[in-house]
Amino acid sequence: MSANSVALAYLTAAVLFILALKGLSSPVSARRGNMFGMVGMAIAMLTTLTVTKNVGYILIAIAAGGAVGAVVARRIHMTAMPELVAAMHSLVGLAAVLIAMAAFNNPLAYGIGATLHASNRIELFIGTFVGAITFTGSIIAFGKLSGKLGSKPLRFAGQHWLNLLLGVLMIGFGIVFFFTQSWTPFLIMTAIAMLIGVLLIMPIGGADMPVVISMLNSYSGWAAAGIGFTLNNNMLIIAGSLVGSSGAILSYIMCKAMNRSFFNVILGGFGGEAAAADQGDGVQKTYRSGSADDAAFLMGNADSVIIVPGYGLAVARAQHAINEMSKVLTEKGVKVRYAIHPVAGRMPGHMNVLLAEAEVPYEQVVEMDEINNEFADTDVVLVIGANDVVNPAAKNDKASPIYGMPILEAHKARTVLVVKRSMATGYAGLDNDLFYMDKTMMVFGDAKKVVEDIIKSLA
Amino acid sequence: MTEAVDPFVLNLTVFVLAIFIGYHVVWNVTPALHTPLMAVTNAISGIIIVGAMLAAGPVKLDIGTVLGLVAVTLAAVNVFGGFLVTQRMLDMFKKKNK
Repeated sequence: MSANSVALAYLTAAVLFILALKGLSSPVSARRGNMFGMVGMAIAMLTTLTVTKNVGYILIAIAAGGAVGAVVARRIHMTAMPELVAAMHSLVGLAAVLIAMAAFNNPLAYGIGATLHASNRIELFIGTFVGAITFTGSIIAFGKLSGKLGSKPLRFAGQHWLNLLLGVLMIGFGIVFFFTQSWTPFLIMTAIAMLIGVLLIMPIGGADMPVVISMLNSYSGWAAAGIGFTLNNNMLIIAGSLVGSSGAILSYIMCKAMNRSFFNVILGGFGGEAAAADQGDGVQKTYRSGSADDAAFLMGNADSVIIVPGYGLAVARAQHAINEMSKVLTEKGVKVRYAIHPVAGRMPGHMNVLLAEAEVPYEQVVEMDEINNEFADTDVVLVIGANDVVNPAAKNDKASPIYGMPILEAHKARTVLVVKRSMATGYAGLDNDLFYMDKTMMVFGDAKKVVEDIIKSLA
Repeated sequence: MTEAVDPFVLNLTVFVLAIFIGYHVVWNVTPALHTPLMAVTNAISGIIIVGAMLAAGPVKLDIGTVLGLVAVTLAAVNVFGGFLVTQRMLDMFKKKNK
């Protein structure tokens, strides 16, 4: 193919990627959008095959990687999506580093010319270190999400200074690379960037994972765009920028939902402080507890029920049971809806997918902003596996570490049912006033067991 | 103004405009589909496979081509895994829309 035809094919692919994202504005158009994305990718890959050699080896590599991807995509549990996404980010990061090395090794293969221009060297430097940070950072995020590493934040004195020092060192070796164009500073720079990736994610706690995973999503895009600069490939730049801005926007949305600034998350320091702040009141507060039968009675006689699911619901694998319960209630003429907090799961939109998997009707699932002013007219709210996202302290108590965080206003409903294993605190380590309100009834037990008991009792 | 524009400047132009497009398109994504959004962006960032294929291209097999082939394998996991898992999730959303 001529260079112009290749460029035009790449342009087509880039437009199809934009359409793929555009399709996600509604579940109806999303599937077609995904199809556009696949077609775009196929065009991009086939076009590239016509201009490269070693096609046999490349096809084998594609088949090997593709088979792994396809098997994982089919087998993965929806609860494990965050780990999968993190693992995929790390692959993109590593691929970016490898490509940068290959480009440095043989610039001619990319038509860069026999020697690297100043701008090529800067692009290589940026592409490599963003890729390296994405690679190791995502591995740590994967470890934390999958429980292979503790989700507790790891902090030590002088951490930020160490990171700063490493950052300066990395740039220093980048400058050495710029002037000498030799492998040693390039490799040292890459190694330092990998270390920074580890140190950057280690101190971040489990509750902040939705931000971290969105941020790494963004980095993986920038890494791809960086490689696009090196190769003077506009399609890579466009696709990378789309991913980069998508991840950045998701990070912003997640930060907003937790009322935290981006730097606050990256620099760490949530869980620890919060626990300390709460130790002041040793007063034993009283709460009311009831059985699954009581809960069934209350909901069965209600006109409207809003279910507030949290990640605890998924941990207990109670999604299907809760859908069964909703069906029974709907048959009895009760209006059932689900209220979703943006950080209800482990990644943006995670809870929606978990409920969709359990075949909860899309129309019943309502986002926080839409449902919040309806709690006051609701008879019963069932909080199940959620805690901090319904803590009224976020609205009322200026001293609370979570003050200002947007919450689902469950406390405004006429009756509140809370299904929980015990009175233990949530992620933020905070006590929740909602549990001690007069209109609140605690139902202790495993979420799935409780819901199944409620269904039996309703029948 | 007869001198040629540096490719870097052209790249930067595309880069900045693409960020604007990304910004506007992504804000229109419904929050319910944010997880599929991440999965599909995973697949799209697999576009780096194009760079990997070029790296694997030179006929003479050396360290660069081997690195390229490894990168092709890694990126292919993303491309196939990303699109397929997105499809799987979107099918779940469709089921209930009937």
